[in-house]
Amino acid sequence: MRGLQLPLTQTQKVRLQNALQQLESLSSKVNSDASVTVADSISVNHEEGVLKGHGTADINGDLVATLCGVVERVNKLVYVRALRSRYKPEVGDIVIGRVVEVSQKRWRLEINYSQDAVLMLSSMNMPDGVQRRRTAVDELNMRSIFEEKDVVCAEVRGFQRDGLHLQARSQKYGKLNRGQLLTVPPYLVKRQKQHYHHLEQYGVDLILGCNGFIWVGEHVEAKDDMVEDQVNHSNRNSASLEEQEKNYTALETRKYICRAANAIRVLSTLGFNMTLEIIKGVIDLSLSLNLDIHDMLGSEFYVLVAEKEAERRSSSKKKR
Amino acid sequence: MEYVSPEGLRLDGRRPMEMRQIRAEIGAVSRADGSAIFEMGNTKVVAAVYGPREVQNRSQQMSDQALIRCEYSMANFSTGDRKRKPKGDRRSTEISMVIRQTMEACIMTHLMPRSQIDIYVQVLQADGGTRSACINAATLALSDAGIPMCDLVTSCSAGYLNSTPLLDLNYIEDSAGGPDVTVGILPKLDKVTLLQMDSKLPIDILENVMQLATEGCKAVANYIREILLENTKQLEYRRGV
Repeated sequence: MRGLQLPLTQTQKVRLQNALQQLESLSSKVNSDASVTVADSISVNHEEGVLKGHGTADINGDLVATLCGVVERVNKLVYVRALRSRYKPEVGDIVIGRVVEVSQKRWRLEINYSQDAVLMLSSMNMPDGVQRRRTAVDELNMRSIFEEKDVVCAEVRGFQRDGLHLQARSQKYGKLNRGQLLTVPPYLVKRQKQHYHHLEQYGVDLILGCNGFIWVGEHVEAKDDMVEDQVNHSNRNSASLEEQEKNYTALETRKYICRAANAIRVLSTLGFNMTLEIIKGVIDLSLSLNLDIHDMLGSEFYVLVAEKEAERRSSSKKKR
Repeated sequence: MEYVSPEGLRLDGRRPMEMRQIRAEIGAVSRADGSAIFEMGNTKVVAAVYGPREVQNRSQQMSDQALIRCEYSMANFSTGDRKRKPKGDRRSTEISMVIRQTMEACIMTHLMPRSQIDIYVQVLQADGGTRSACINAATLALSDAGIPMCDLVTSCSAGYLNSTPLLDLNYIEDSAGGPDVTVGILPKLDKVTLLQMDSKLPIDILENVMQLATEGCKAVANYIREILLENTKQLEYRRGV
């Protein structure tokens, strides 16, 4: 299994095998029949006037797959959905990226795409909140907003001539502090209505970026743009050193952050979907077993998570 | 020296038309976008693919297609005597170029403009046929990374010793000084992308030997297809709905 370099005892191997076999039997038969490899021909009824989508190519009149994946058919469109590939951006996606370069009037972010994404200075709110034209002084002070290696949350604005553009115009987006950034394969994170999750019982924020970057961090209260009589927070930067020291994250919150991060690591290695319910389920499982946080990355917990997921899927299938 | 016994057995007990045992594993390097280990008998090779990603060297960026870079290296411990320079010597540079040209023929680079795809291949154990094993491993790694290709590329070598065409030479047969033909094909399109030969061979025998190597390539292609299909199905059912 990819990434799993843990020694499993014989019983653990058998249990893992059983759990995976159960998952296999529960999976949709349609999908497994529709799996193709590179250069497999896709069966198509030629009279229909089929639209050849991504991952397909017309070679000698035959429709052939160019990727390893699953064939999807939507009305007349036939395409191959690749599983492990880089992120494919769509307008409106929430992504998390890391700043790699501060250049003229823009930041370049790495977002697990075939190029680096661009966040223009004009697509970013100024610290004082005023809407105005960006001056040369603003450009010189870009580094005070984001520097290299900062983690930023933004939204995909669209494709322009020089690449992918992002925007971070709302208070929801911006720099992320006090937490962990995790990388999972993008196909495990589905596009949903809500990507920001606040786990109240733990005081932890969870942001599932569509590009496979997941942020787990201390909860930050979302400030409202529209409230006018809010205290001007620009004075915060000049807080004294003692005040800044008192502002550290509490130990309990930090423990929960690590627990959530480990839960995501386990799910990513096993290849299961990342949704809020599943992540919460894994965290609850580890808490109910009173496991130490580092034990979550041990072989026993992997097997338990696999078994739990098999149970969960079979029970949800029975309900239907 | 006798490379084919009167009964028709080679030094390692194979028949002349028999390939060595092949084994492949996907996902060996978890950090890479795609990776694979490919074994042909005792020859073991690991390939890792990174990409498509931002071009590191802006001057090499191509606005209409992806840049393919390939690096072949042999681990110090891969050969009998400890190797001193794992890469940068002439043979490694030549094989890197050969693998790059072979893969460039099948990767659909126009679908990923302004990006770069890096293929790193390292030989862990060398027992003849490292070039072929590298190409096979690179094909698996590229498929694992989800990079669109017009066809798989498979490769196999064949030689001619004791007046017999032999498939898939190992190191001892390779160092015998006889001809060594390496063929790389696109199995579905039935096209040849790589043809290299050491030493000399009369042209009519070359046809036979090349045909034999092509059969070997097709056998490898079937195996690779099975492995990739199995891997895709596994990823799909694990992921769930």
